[in-house]
Amino acid sequence: MTAITAGRRRAAAHAGKRTTDWRARYFNWFCAGVLLVFAAIWVIPLLWALDTSLKPDAVIAAQPTSWWSGAWTLHAYQLLFNLGNIQTWYLNSFIIALLSAVFAVVACSMAGFAIARTRFTGRRVIYGLIAAGLLIPPQVLIVPMFNEFNFAHLLNTYWVQVLPAVAVPIAVVIFVAFFNGIPDELAQAARVDGASWWRIYRRIYMPLSKPAISAVFIFTFVWKWNDFLWPLLTLTNTRIMTLPVGLSQVSSAFGIMYAEIMASAVLGALPLIVVFLLFQRQIVEGIATTGIK
Amino acid sequence: MSIQTIPVYADERATGTTGATKRRDESRSGWGLTAPFLIFYVLFLVGPTVYGIVMSFFNSSLEHSGLGGFAGPDNYTQALTSSDFWQSMWHTVLFTLMTTPPLVAIALLLAIFTDRLARGRWFFRLIFFAPYVVPSAAMALIWTWLYTPQIGLWDSWLSAVGISNPPNWLADPSWAMASVALATVWWTLGFNFVLYLAGLQEIPRNLYEAAAVDGASRWHQMRRITIPLLNRTTALVLVLQIIASLKIFDQIFLMTSGGPNYSTRPLLEYVYDIGFTDFRTGYAAAASMLYFLLILAVSLVWFFVSRHQQKGA
Repeated sequence: MTAITAGRRRAAAHAGKRTTDWRARYFNWFCAGVLLVFAAIWVIPLLWALDTSLKPDAVIAAQPTSWWSGAWTLHAYQLLFNLGNIQTWYLNSFIIALLSAVFAVVACSMAGFAIARTRFTGRRVIYGLIAAGLLIPPQVLIVPMFNEFNFAHLLNTYWVQVLPAVAVPIAVVIFVAFFNGIPDELAQAARVDGASWWRIYRRIYMPLSKPAISAVFIFTFVWKWNDFLWPLLTLTNTRIMTLPVGLSQVSSAFGIMYAEIMASAVLGALPLIVVFLLFQRQIVEGIATTGIK
Repeated sequence: MSIQTIPVYADERATGTTGATKRRDESRSGWGLTAPFLIFYVLFLVGPTVYGIVMSFFNSSLEHSGLGGFAGPDNYTQALTSSDFWQSMWHTVLFTLMTTPPLVAIALLLAIFTDRLARGRWFFRLIFFAPYVVPSAAMALIWTWLYTPQIGLWDSWLSAVGISNPPNWLADPSWAMASVALATVWWTLGFNFVLYLAGLQEIPRNLYEAAAVDGASRWHQMRRITIPLLNRTTALVLVLQIIASLKIFDQIFLMTSGGPNYSTRPLLEYVYDIGFTDFRTGYAAAASMLYFLLILAVSLVWFFVSRHQQKGA
């Protein structure tokens, strides 16, 4: 008797497990289905831009919303490259983003190291001041900053973009947090051996800080590459414009030549999508650990 | 983003001659290492902030050099009584109200679903995050084309399902803001999605197993375990999203230029217009400061809420 009930109970438990298994499987299919629908919606704008950019303007005029065109062409891209502006904008954006990222990493890591590891008088006040800077969005400073650069005759140069991007409070906070995670004994032991603070920073702490360096580098680079309002205000000369500012002019230049407009959008979008494909892990980890936006 | 406190070292108050020289040397090195950052910080953040505050009390203009005549609080009273100022402030807030709920809720849902997958997570992460790295100007070109009346892709889809007379999305005052908001959801969702995925990673798997043994359904697990344990991530996502949305400029400037008839002009574009089209920089600085107070209020609320949360944890 007891054996039978025990057996029945086991069977019931087994059956219960099987139904939850089924339910779990259905639920997983449901999740995957929803995700696929959203993913489809998410890729359509980019694919549609690419699709349009590869069609002759005549085909777009005749059948603007058909995905399939018999006559694929790179004509729009050829035209853009022949105009030559887009190469200049690429180069400008690249130089500005690179210089900003390098300077930001160097200046912010040095300050972060000094605050985290050396006990200089006043460092608490300094760190408080830097943390307060987190609250000030650069957008509210455009008017006085414009006056400042106008006065220094630096409008329409790379410097008007690079200089304000060097001292980023959040980058210092990231470096301080990261350096605090590296045992202080390393610095103390090196001090006993007679190493200078600069040497400890340069030879011990920096080589151990690749995740923090790449997070700050990538974010400063992406931020400056995509920055719009400030370059729009300060770069009015076509030869010095960054890619986003240049792109904002093309739609008026091309009117209803949609293939050309979409080709410039694709060329604008492409570099960072490629960078993202290559450094997906670092970028995602960087966001997850710092939450920089 | 949490700010760590710096420890006080025991020998900081240490006396003795060798200790004192060592301390002086350390202090000098510390200042030396901080100096490059501080120079830039003072020149391009502290300086402009102070200058901006000063300017906001003067009749500064790009048409003449120097600060111009002292205006006292006139710029502020003018801004606070200007209907254009309040309208653009309202557009900024409206845009934030329209974008924040979907950008948080959809990101959360998609992240929870993606987290359940046994494989292929990288694929969805790639798809949802890719638009985020597209420059605003490229995004605006693409979405303006999608929204183009009659020949745009969206209108062709709508006519396929029988809606033959849709509004002119970006040129209709009652639809323009919603259209830009929708494009923004597509553009920036990936950032919140990635933050949520990271938050989900920290939930121990055995909690789910324990719940499953107790017979909790997936839906229950999600409501009773996943979402409550993500509270801190949600607080972070929410505040970052509100602040990012309040900074709206690019998309509206590029897609509607603040139109039609100023019906979408956000505050930053108002500052841009009065400062750089009308050249009234003093007044523009005052409007910026009022806008800054709004963002500051959001940051401070978050600061106190998260401190409260930390104490509770």
